Amino acid sequence: MRVWLRAHGLQALVHIGALIPLGVMIADYAQDRLTVNPIQELTLRTGKVALVLLVLSLACTPLNTLFGFRGALRVRRALGLYGFLYVVLHLLVFTVLDYVGDLALIVQTVLEKYYIVAGLAAFVLLVPLAVTSTRGWQRRLGQRWRALHRLVYLAVPLAVLHFALLVKSLVGRPEPLLWGALVLGLLALRIPAVRRAVARWRDRVRHTTSEWRVANRKWRMANSK
Amino acid sequence: MKLEKIRPSEITPEHVYLSRRRVLRIGALALGTAALSACGLPSPSPEPTQTNPRVPKDLPTDKRDEFGDPANRWEEITNYNNFYEFTMDKQEVARLAQNFKTSPWTVTVGGLVNRPRTYDLDDLRKFGEEERIYRLRCVEGWSMVIPWLGFPLHKLLREVEPLSKARYVRFESLFDPDQMPGQRLSFYPWPYAEGLRLDEAMHDLTLLVTGLYGHPLPPQNGAPVRLAVPWKYGFKSIKSIVRIDLVEEQPATLWNTVAPHEYGFYSNVNPNKPHPRWSQATERRIGEPGRRRTLMFNGYERQVAALYAGMDLMKNY
Repeated sequence: MRVWLRAHGLQALVHIGALIPLGVMIADYAQDRLTVNPIQELTLRTGKVALVLLVLSLACTPLNTLFGFRGALRVRRALGLYGFLYVVLHLLVFTVLDYVGDLALIVQTVLEKYYIVAGLAAFVLLVPLAVTSTRGWQRRLGQRWRALHRLVYLAVPLAVLHFALLVKSLVGRPEPLLWGALVLGLLALRIPAVRRAVARWRDRVRHTTSEWRVANRKWRMANSK
Repeated sequence: MKLEKIRPSEITPEHVYLSRRRVLRIGALALGTAALSACGLPSPSPEPTQTNPRVPKDLPTDKRDEFGDPANRWEEITNYNNFYEFTMDKQEVARLAQNFKTSPWTVTVGGLVNRPRTYDLDDLRKFGEEERIYRLRCVEGWSMVIPWLGFPLHKLLREVEPLSKARYVRFESLFDPDQMPGQRLSFYPWPYAEGLRLDEAMHDLTLLVTGLYGHPLPPQNGAPVRLAVPWKYGFKSIKSIVRIDLVEEQPATLWNTVAPHEYGFYSNVNPNKPHPRWSQATERRIGEPGRRRTLMFNGYERQVAALYAGMDLMKNY
């Protein structure tokens, strides 16, 4: 059991954690707990969960390259795909529940609102990534797979832009700015110069702590005599 | 089920109601969640009952607007409120406003008038109370049908006798950050202020509201006195009014000051004038699936279109 947990614990956590919000939504729907404006509530919830999962998937690579947390790589695809699942749910709430499939009205609304254009663009960019997320496609595309999947560097900022454009005022509600800063930070960690600088800082910290540890051990040994 | 119609005169005077509520609150706290599921209007007997005074029972369910659409339920109207003085979270206003003090309360009417005067709630009640079932269309793209209780504003304006110079009416809400935590956010230029052109304010549809479903207006809906201007977006219907001034120049209003390109002074409901975030062509009626088309002037075109004859409503939005 312990061996299994060490090998798969994080994966299990991601699968469970990513499905909990969906379960809660279904339970709240069944018990009529989605406020008096349930469509809006579902829109907000699916959107927020999608953003969280997509940002988490962006954090996996830096966690590995900079902090040696290899486990993060094993959950990267799952996080991205669950994020995409909530993006699809978000879009279904908009098209099916909210606009009840009225295509003319949907087109009019999309063209009228910049925030929907941004959100839709993010979705369109994520579709090929979800489709080619399998190992088979990874093998078939080879080097091009990596290039293709850099589209996520565009898709997630577009999702944040989508959020930023729909709040009444960024001064009154700065949450999208915080997400923007986080995403920019995660993207910056992929720039070689930034990565090297962070790696140097990391080594310095490690060095200092190990020196401290050595000194501490010596001091204790000296005292125990 | 036989529904008894409650006449405004049968309702407990507000000061009695409120002092009783203070007693009740202690009981309600002790009862905890049990009190939440229980419901009932404070009975006319002087003995306080251990029920939640905020949810009246035996509310009529047959109220409809003139198009035949049913009125929204009390729970919907009182738990989904845009009232930034308390919080930006529509679901939280009811809780944060539950202890809001609405008595004593005065509304000072002044500015360019012959007979300036300060009204207390009893003075306002003398203008009478009638029920008006109005559609409320929020600029955020949702709407409700609400059975308000109140009197046309023109009754009050006639009494204070506007001077001929007066062309606009300016309204102001209470400023009290101790009671209204949202007002501690310095981003908004509190107090909330709104304005109408004098002819809009004198229009018979423009209502000073003191009640809901035949009951005193709950705090989260703008107690004790608010405006209802049904052909304009909801934010024009200012809540918890303490000042009304007749003025010569178009007054500054809160949303128009904060974001002039999004919220015009007029802010008439207009499905042809898009907003950057919310659909104005369509709306979600609370309690209904899907969307419905938004009507020009929120369906009050026949009554109010003449006020804007010759005006370009795409420019004067």
